[in-house]
Amino acid sequence: MTLTRRDVLVLGSGAFVSASIMAMPAFASVVDDKIKELTGGASVTEGDLDLSAPEIAENGNTVPVEVSAEGATSITIFAAGNPTPDVATFHFGPLNPSQTAATRIRLAKTQDVVAIAKMKDGSFRRASAIVKVTIGGCGG
Amino acid sequence: MAKGVKPRVKVPKKAAAGDVITIKALISHKMESGQRKGKDGNLIPRSIINRFTCAFNGENVIDVQLEPAISTNPYFQFEAIVPEAGEFQFAWHDDDGSVYETKKKIKIA
Repeated sequence: MTLTRRDVLVLGSGAFVSASIMAMPAFASVVDDKIKELTGGASVTEGDLDLSAPEIAENGNTVPVEVSAEGATSITIFAAGNPTPDVATFHFGPLNPSQTAATRIRLAKTQDVVAIAKMKDGSFRRASAIVKVTIGGCGG
Repeated sequence: MAKGVKPRVKVPKKAAAGDVITIKALISHKMESGQRKGKDGNLIPRSIINRFTCAFNGENVIDVQLEPAISTNPYFQFEAIVPEAGEFQFAWHDDDGSVYETKKKIKIA
């Protein structure tokens, strides 16, 4: 069998697509592992945690995000598509009334931003948002 | 100590006892992530602020652990209860071991 130019192109694009599909769960699992490490395998439920981030961030170098969870002791933020997914952990003290914090983060590309809140009763809450990034923020 | 580091904090001058106030804290710092390459093609070593704390009269308000994914000139906005007149203490801990501190007094109106 001889390979024509068309065959080669089809094979090549097929390989590319399967490679990119393979790559996607790989990123997600890194974050899942991090979350497991944080929660110690406890179940994580949705709700009671607000994560606000822009839908489209033109500059990945400074993306404003805000997290808020009434009754949380700490909130951790992960960026699923960054070279290292950790972003920040907020520990709230007794003089913090609303457990709200805002900051600016770097995002390498379009990705999910995930927040995990640890509540006073020891349970965990999760919220996530997709941020589209036009220019990545990790240098090259 | 990294160059050009300057903390800037916005706290109201006075508040009623028990009031909730908003605090904005920014420090100018390059937050080198350790991912970028310099002109010679080598990685620029990581140099970031890894911890930020705010306390009121010694009692903790917020304690943040920072990773390289925090932007240049890290900025935080959060809320605090003011139970009495006193002083907010802010501290930023650099990777190189230095600690940048600043204080803001608040009066009860």
